[in-house]
Amino acid sequence: MTAIAENKPAYDGKVLDLTGKSGARAFKNTLATVLIVLAFAVAMIPLVWILFTVVSKGYHLLLSADWWSQSQRGITVRRAGGGAYHAIMGTLIMALITAVIAVPIAILGAIYLVEYGKGTRAAKVVSFMIDILTGVPSIVAALFVYAVWITVFGFNRVGFAVSLSLVLLMLPVVLRSTEEMLKLVPDELREASYALGVPKWKTILKVVVPTAFGGIITGVMLGLARVMGETAPLLILVGYSKNINLNPFSGFQGALPTMINQDRTELALPNAADRVWAAALTLILLVLALNLLARLIARFSAIKSK
Amino acid sequence: MAKRIEVSGLNVYYGDFKAVEDVSMTVEPRSVTAFIGPSGCGKSTFLRTLNRMHEVIPGARVEGKVMLDQQDLYATGIDPVAVRRVVGMVFQRPNPFPTMSIFDNVASGLKLNGVKDRKKLTEVVESSLKGANLWNEVKDRLDKPGAGLSGGQQQRLCIARAIAVEPEVILMDEPCSALDPISTLAIEDLIEKLKDRFTVVIVTHNMQQAARVSDQTAFFNLAATGKPGRLIEMAPTKQIFSNPAEKATEDYITGRFG
Repeated sequence: MTAIAENKPAYDGKVLDLTGKSGARAFKNTLATVLIVLAFAVAMIPLVWILFTVVSKGYHLLLSADWWSQSQRGITVRRAGGGAYHAIMGTLIMALITAVIAVPIAILGAIYLVEYGKGTRAAKVVSFMIDILTGVPSIVAALFVYAVWITVFGFNRVGFAVSLSLVLLMLPVVLRSTEEMLKLVPDELREASYALGVPKWKTILKVVVPTAFGGIITGVMLGLARVMGETAPLLILVGYSKNINLNPFSGFQGALPTMINQDRTELALPNAADRVWAAALTLILLVLALNLLARLIARFSAIKSK
Repeated sequence: MAKRIEVSGLNVYYGDFKAVEDVSMTVEPRSVTAFIGPSGCGKSTFLRTLNRMHEVIPGARVEGKVMLDQQDLYATGIDPVAVRRVVGMVFQRPNPFPTMSIFDNVASGLKLNGVKDRKKLTEVVESSLKGANLWNEVKDRLDKPGAGLSGGQQQRLCIARAIAVEPEVILMDEPCSALDPISTLAIEDLIEKLKDRFTVVIVTHNMQQAARVSDQTAFFNLAATGKPGRLIEMAPTKQIFSNPAEKATEDYITGRFG
């Protein structure tokens, strides 16, 4: 080593051009930057526009306590007043039932795909079916449940039937996101647990799932956000009711999307239009609140590094 | 506490590929045995067969016998989970559980196997951390996340986690390759101490390390890429490094080969 170093001159006198900015490359760089910023702006415009419109047109009804505690019972499209309590509760109850059914199936399914079925024929079939289910339009899911629940079994149109169809829509979303999160858990953690003589099921329960928990919760919330805004299943599987109905197994039930749909037909009337905007804003706020809740849960259970 | 491992005629496969061929050796209790050899020669693969960790990889299988004292680890009816309770392992990269505190990491082996007695856990955590030369550095922050420690501390945390379940044998797969020299020294001191209580087997790429810490050294090699790895020679470490019986061993330890 030293011998070679001694034979080399310290400098060869030439200054290398390290600025590296050839004209063509600088131009391409600028072009790409501009395109990316433009794409971002194009994506932001409708988002900001929608939010601004909905908030500015809908906020004033949300300021009254009635909005959060009253139903639309006896309120015609021409009249002002009443609230969205019936619709908020309807949406929350149906979403809750959907989550209670869909989340365990989705998480267990994802655990099967990642931890047990990897590479097997059964896993490939399940995975393929999930892909198909992801592409099923909500109205098809709704009609399927209509065929089973009402035509075959002869039950009535109720909130629970809506939940059943929403399960079909939520399941693939949660399963796919959970699957991705479980795949991100390094195999080293699984092996560390096995090396302590911990059985596989307990490793999954106590090491793998807790490590992926934050991501799993985010997936659940994405799924919920998706199904809470679905309208087709509501229109097909439960009638809209202006009254408060907290029983998803009996009678028609209000929900925010169908409340919007109800007043939408009379948009020329200012009171009806106000309610449309206010209900839309309420739906956005509900999803936002659920997201914040999810973030909080994820934070308290998340991977600790400090 | 420590047990002897006797391996005879072991072939290790990944699917159809034979990774290790016909290994027979005896690992003495309360001693440190080092496996050295070029990359890809199957020493890590072989190590993982000693606690049936090899088979967690789909398609992986083993032929031959691994006797832990009088018991064949691959006999029918043997539960790999039970095997891993007595043959612990420390991995190449420190892998503390990211959701757990330092305390919970060390206690994890017991907790996940159903020990709930807080007093016992506290005792085991303290004695294990002392055993891993980590107690003084972390005793004031046991409730802090294990992932917040330095790399060397994390590796000693993983060793504490492994010894907390009181295994008979501890396998170490290049435990220092991700660590700086000072942390490496700390681990080597620890290995020296561990052999009073456990049978220690260590895979290492660092021949000085093998020379420093081990009593016995096994040299693995493979004839060519795609051929299975074989045990070339196993002897007391002093003899391997001063007067090896095989030419391949001599070439390797003197650096004339890969």
